[in-house]
Amino acid sequence: MKISVQTAPFDLNAEVAALYAANPKVGAVATFLGLVRDVNEGDGVATLTLEHYPGMTEKALAKIVDEAQGRWDILDCTVIHRVGELKPTEPIVLVAVASSHRQDAFAACAFIMDYLKTQAPFWKKEVTPQGERWVEARESDDAAAARWQSQN
Amino acid sequence: MTKVTLLYFARLREQFGTGSEAATLPAEVKTLNDLLAWLRARGGNWATELAEGRTYRLAVNQDMADLEAVLNDGDEVAIFPPVTGG
Repeated sequence: MKISVQTAPFDLNAEVAALYAANPKVGAVATFLGLVRDVNEGDGVATLTLEHYPGMTEKALAKIVDEAQGRWDILDCTVIHRVGELKPTEPIVLVAVASSHRQDAFAACAFIMDYLKTQAPFWKKEVTPQGERWVEARESDDAAAARWQSQN
Repeated sequence: MTKVTLLYFARLREQFGTGSEAATLPAEVKTLNDLLAWLRARGGNWATELAEGRTYRLAVNQDMADLEAVLNDGDEVAIFPPVTGG
């Protein structure tokens, strides 16, 4: 399991290959790649700055991965979240889950992202033509995380 | 004497003008709820941002915590807006 909070970009292909290259039991890798959009709430976004809570962030991500491992058969998993200043089209987050079969990989990947959105201490500030503003939390993200409580 | 480290993030860090402070809590401050009341008593942005009905999250020693959590000497307490990563 790899969890990393970093300013540097990451190499999607290398990260995915690292999950299966040395493990012939892996039959599926599901990945989610999150990117900076150039528009939010109808306004153009020039840059996005990601702040986090060092220490708690890593701990919260480890807890989320742990819970996913309890629910599905996961062989390996990588979660990378970038912080600092990012521009549109730049990758922000990667969740990659390796499993024997696709169902476990798909479900665990979606679960980790939904929980990351509501439990991991990251905050986004965006620069728009109207000035700087903190991104507001969305109720739809809480709903997405809550749906896992009634399943499994 | 209970000494704690208080951390503030994102919008709250900006509103409070600081990201962290070392605080010595008076004897009557025993829980997170008490701590919030004590911080609100500073007035200004503290009273506005931490007013009841405002939405924010609390963590003690890097785990999410609720208002009833009891504070101990050496605790790291964080107050921050709902998270927006991903």
